[in-house]
Amino acid sequence: MADDKTNAAAYWKANVRLITGCLIVWALASYGCAILLRPLLAGIAVGGTDLGFWFAQQGSILIFIGLIFFYAWKMNRLDKKFGLGE
Amino acid sequence: MSQFAINVLFVGGSFAIYIGIAIWAKAGSTKDFYVAGGGVHPITNGMAIGADWMSAASFISMAGIIASSGYGASTFLMGWTGGYVLLALLLAPYLRKFGKFTVPEFIGDRFYSKSARMVAVVCLIIASLTYVIGQMAGAGVAFSRFLEVDATTGLIIAAIVVFFYSVLGGMKGITYTQVAQYVVLIIAYTIPAVFISLELTDNPIPPLGLFSDHSASGEPLLSKLNEVVVALGFNEYTAMVDNKLNMVLFTLSLMIGTAGLPHVIMRFFTVPKVADARWSAGWALVFIGLLYLTAPAVASMARLNLVTTIYPDMAGQVENYEDAAANPIAYADRPDWIRTWEETGLIKFDDKNNDGKIQLYNDAADFSGRGWQGNELEVSNDILVLANPEIANLPGWVVGLIAAGGLAAALSTAAGLLLAISSAISHDLIKGAINPKISEKGELRAARISMSVAIVVATYLGVNPPGFAAQVVALAFGIAAASLFPALMMGIFSKRINNKGTIAGMLTGLIFTLVYIFVYKGWFFIPGTANLPDTEANWVMGISPLSIGAVGAILNFAVAYVVSSVTEEPPQEIQDLVESVRYPKGAGTAIDH
Repeated sequence: MADDKTNAAAYWKANVRLITGCLIVWALASYGCAILLRPLLAGIAVGGTDLGFWFAQQGSILIFIGLIFFYAWKMNRLDKKFGLGE
Repeated sequence: MSQFAINVLFVGGSFAIYIGIAIWAKAGSTKDFYVAGGGVHPITNGMAIGADWMSAASFISMAGIIASSGYGASTFLMGWTGGYVLLALLLAPYLRKFGKFTVPEFIGDRFYSKSARMVAVVCLIIASLTYVIGQMAGAGVAFSRFLEVDATTGLIIAAIVVFFYSVLGGMKGITYTQVAQYVVLIIAYTIPAVFISLELTDNPIPPLGLFSDHSASGEPLLSKLNEVVVALGFNEYTAMVDNKLNMVLFTLSLMIGTAGLPHVIMRFFTVPKVADARWSAGWALVFIGLLYLTAPAVASMARLNLVTTIYPDMAGQVENYEDAAANPIAYADRPDWIRTWEETGLIKFDDKNNDGKIQLYNDAADFSGRGWQGNELEVSNDILVLANPEIANLPGWVVGLIAAGGLAAALSTAAGLLLAISSAISHDLIKGAINPKISEKGELRAARISMSVAIVVATYLGVNPPGFAAQVVALAFGIAAASLFPALMMGIFSKRINNKGTIAGMLTGLIFTLVYIFVYKGWFFIPGTANLPDTEANWVMGISPLSIGAVGAILNFAVAYVVSSVTEEPPQEIQDLVESVRYPKGAGTAIDH
């Protein structure tokens, strides 16, 4: 029982760490590159405009899709590793 | 065949498919009705979420808003997609593991409080009902433009179709019609975009065309667009936004609001396993992304097309923009699509300087040197997507497809919202509070009756839209962001948050957000009751009422945390419940009590 509890706690800790990492990328892409950091990226030209504009209208959406699939794939592995899957 | 006959054929054909699906997917139990029997494949569910999510606003209005505001409107693109990351990481798998039918039910059980459940029901009904009005109004526009019937008749036809498949099939009927509606709407949206992208950039993939060279001038499309709009006194299309705080908060409000909207969350209860809930969120965003990656391309290309239609001298390589921008076409030479849309009143021409030509430019700029006395052409943002096939001279069947697509987008979202409302009434209000001993058969009947009533109310509000229809969408997102999302997230990620904390937090977030919106938009949106003019100079710290949901959410988190810390811990069985929600092991399909 105690083992179950430590196991479950370790699973949850790993999950929270993964979520935190993914949300940092999520925020960096949208609030960072697309809005707040756009002036810093203004020098990088992309198809007639700058990288920040690309992030705002295309890049962030692609990154969001990638993040969700990455998280789902990682979690499935965590479920198996900790024996907590369905 | 006339255009009218083609439109009727496409719209009638798509409606026949939806009704056919409804008969095939009749709901036999409350489980069928609320969660489609709990056996929906993640890809199917992803597609249904796509149709459920992409409303008349996404399909009809969004590209038009981007076309007129350029970079500034990226908020909608990021806000309405980024919320899915929050859903997939923070809510969907755990709510699926919890395995009940509705969002208020989770809040009620987790916070062991009927009051919390009722606060959630009220938030859900206000958010969903305000949202559904916009869908019905959007369906009305599509009907009146393409089927040449008045909007009221059109809406009643639409309501009968929605009634048929949602009352009969519940979530089961809605899920499978939404899959069909997704296919219709995405084809309708992308086909004209592909043709326009080919025409302007020689690239058949619109999102790539957006960053390619413009064939007629040889310059990158976006630089060309910047030069053309600047010549008419507008800001550069890609110009930065000064008020960054507001842009961040607006994006955040839309993201949190998206993740907190009950009609989307409910869809995650329909898949067989917790892992499937995670995958469906990814698939949903793939299907949504197809439209959201196409929209900015449609926006910039349509803007360029519109301006160069009026100023043909700016279409190709331009030596001197000053001269090219001084020479618009004569009103008598305007293309057919402008004539068609003038009839609907969505394009308006007013020859202010009586020279017989169309001067389209930024009204705030001064071109009196050219003898211009004000912008003469007003183009509603809403027509851009609908008029796209006509602007690009595409064949009649593409126009018919757009009509069917616009209706699919409006009706699929309306059905999802109506289901959220009716299940909150039959499951949370009637079974949860008024008559807990109701039989399954009785509850199913109650669900169908409340669905019917919701459809009648929504149709009535669609026919007689309250003057504030455009503003209430902000309200729906504000409420979902400030009240529901924080309660759901804390319910999963903190064992310490108790009933008192949640109720205090939800009410604080809700009331704060409502008051801030009402101060600028009028109390209960009654005209003339606003305390302050809705302009940037009057906003607190430059935060617009549209962006305030994010601040409401932060207050909700803070109040819930503080109140919970000074009051007692939740009982052990609640802490065990939180524990069990966190691990996928042992999840059955969604079950009743």
